[in-house]
Amino acid sequence: MTITQTKTTSPAPDERVAKRSPFQKLLGRPEVGALVGAIVLFIFFALVSPTFTQPGALATILYGSSTIGIMAVGVSLLMIGGEFDLSTGVAVITSALTASLFSWYFTTNVWVGVGLALVVSLSIGFINGWILIKTKLPSFIVTLATFLMLTGLNLGLTRLIGGSVASPSISNMEGFDSARAIFASSVNIGGVDIKITVFYWFALVAVATWVLMRTRVGNWIFAVGGDANAARAVGVPVKATKIGLFMAVGFCAWVLGMHNLFAFDTVQSGEGVGNEFLYIIAAVIGGCLLTGGYGSAIGGAIGAFIFGMANKGIVYAQWNPDWFKFFLGLMLLLATIVNLIVKRRAELK
Amino acid sequence: MNAKEIDQQTLLQNEKDPLTHTPVHLLSLDGVGKHYGNIIALSDVTMAVDNGRVTCVLGDNGAGKSTLIKIIAGLHQHDAGVLNIMGEERKFDSPRDALDVGIATVYQDLAVVPLMPIWRNFFLGSEMTSGFGPFKSMDVEKMKDITLKELAEMGIDLRDVEQPIGQLSGGERQCVAIARAVYFGAKVLILDEPTAALGVKQSGVVLRYILQARDRGLGVIFITHNPHHAFPVGDRFLLLKRGKSIGYYDKKDITLDELTAQMAGGAELAELAHELEQLGGHGDVVKEVQGEVADVAQTTGKTYE
Repeated sequence: MTITQTKTTSPAPDERVAKRSPFQKLLGRPEVGALVGAIVLFIFFALVSPTFTQPGALATILYGSSTIGIMAVGVSLLMIGGEFDLSTGVAVITSALTASLFSWYFTTNVWVGVGLALVVSLSIGFINGWILIKTKLPSFIVTLATFLMLTGLNLGLTRLIGGSVASPSISNMEGFDSARAIFASSVNIGGVDIKITVFYWFALVAVATWVLMRTRVGNWIFAVGGDANAARAVGVPVKATKIGLFMAVGFCAWVLGMHNLFAFDTVQSGEGVGNEFLYIIAAVIGGCLLTGGYGSAIGGAIGAFIFGMANKGIVYAQWNPDWFKFFLGLMLLLATIVNLIVKRRAELK
Repeated sequence: MNAKEIDQQTLLQNEKDPLTHTPVHLLSLDGVGKHYGNIIALSDVTMAVDNGRVTCVLGDNGAGKSTLIKIIAGLHQHDAGVLNIMGEERKFDSPRDALDVGIATVYQDLAVVPLMPIWRNFFLGSEMTSGFGPFKSMDVEKMKDITLKELAEMGIDLRDVEQPIGQLSGGERQCVAIARAVYFGAKVLILDEPTAALGVKQSGVVLRYILQARDRGLGVIFITHNPHHAFPVGDRFLLLKRGKSIGYYDKKDITLDELTAQMAGGAELAELAHELEQLGGHGDVVKEVQGEVADVAQTTGKTYE
């Protein structure tokens, strides 16, 4: 028997492939549900409150969104990789406290503390990932333990070193001004002050999207989330990918932690608890599947933007902010239902 | 008994590789065994895989087929005997090790990620990149083109490489997995029950790809429990039962009937007939089973009580 070449090269269009319009292609994207939700919400608040669409208000909304969005980038990638992290909220504070307390206690240049904080944040991510790989426990348990331990460490060490529940002010220390310029300044664009975190947020989303769609690592992230055993069998370094994802979350926590520190120059050691859910909510609203293997970084960003709009929009509309959590819950429910429908259609079509 | 078994002892010394004409096999196992705790999953298995030959591993559930391929594919390590790759003794630490020496495995559960597009699955773990250092990116268009072209050359006519692989039928997914292994320069292709979950027609398609892979010079290990699938494509047949080798035959020395009889196990059938008889009231069934026993006895030349 010879090799039968039933077909030579013919990547010509196939008649069985119906031409998909750009609109239909858009519908196949994971973040489309969130995008529709964001547009509806934007129009709604624009109609209810005239101040909502003012440039100054938009800058505030973007800033609020960025403080969630920076973390949502890492959390989205991790969720696509099939894991999630409950320690992110307090890990942000841990990072800020590390930089603050170290610089203050040893009276070093604050940049030394900033560098150490990066090492600590990446290490927390590494340890989360490493324990997960070694014990094969669900990430829920592992990161819940990390969450509790970090909460305790934040409170305990801050009191032990600084003698108070808040870290001592470092605003008069060497390097503070340059660090504030990097992490907590504003950029004036067309008469509107836009916080620098907004640009970091956009940059992180762009990098994460590029990694996901255009690099080998992106392919591995989808694969370890979609089916870790299959990925391992074809030679994907599953362990390294998962640990790397936890470390990426650690990096995002460092960026946000540094912003918190240099925007306010002291850090409350008990803060951050509960924020981990906001990051997860942003990722889920943005179309990331809780079970992994599907989602996008842009989706997480849109999720964070929805959060920012709802958070500030209620204030601009002069409603009682007590209602905010109710809206957040409702949006989460609607978004997950939309995602479920989208996923089923993607699988069955 | 007509079937002449390959002598386990002389096999690895005397038999020559059809391509290189040396006694060095592409892959050979010599007395390989494996236990999990106190469970002996596999003991003393000897077999050889050569270029352009299909070695079939047959056995019922729990015969040790899966353990055997997991050892060859690098998922588990054997704890007895020797695994030789081109005459060199090896023990794999991970599937990556096995892949690096050219052993590709197409698993029963396919080792594809259902939600990912076909082209991403095709290149998963071996993505093509361009650029330098941290700016290295995947060559997406090239990978899509190659996927479409390679699948077309294997005779798989696909519609759209962007669609999630989960949308393909079982047979199509098997073929994508085989094409992937062939494209990435596999020397040894392990197929774990590729026809188990398929219909008659789709099984035929998969068997055709096995022959295509063989004709491209690959050494194929075809794991199955169906002698009707194994016999037409196989060159050698290793029969496993309860973790042990119960026979190793060359195609010229055995017929399909003999293979089936060995698989079916005349002794078990005879026992079943006795049991049914004792229960009583199943006259027709008993007669049928006894008929089968007679058939088996005839082809294997043994008698069963």
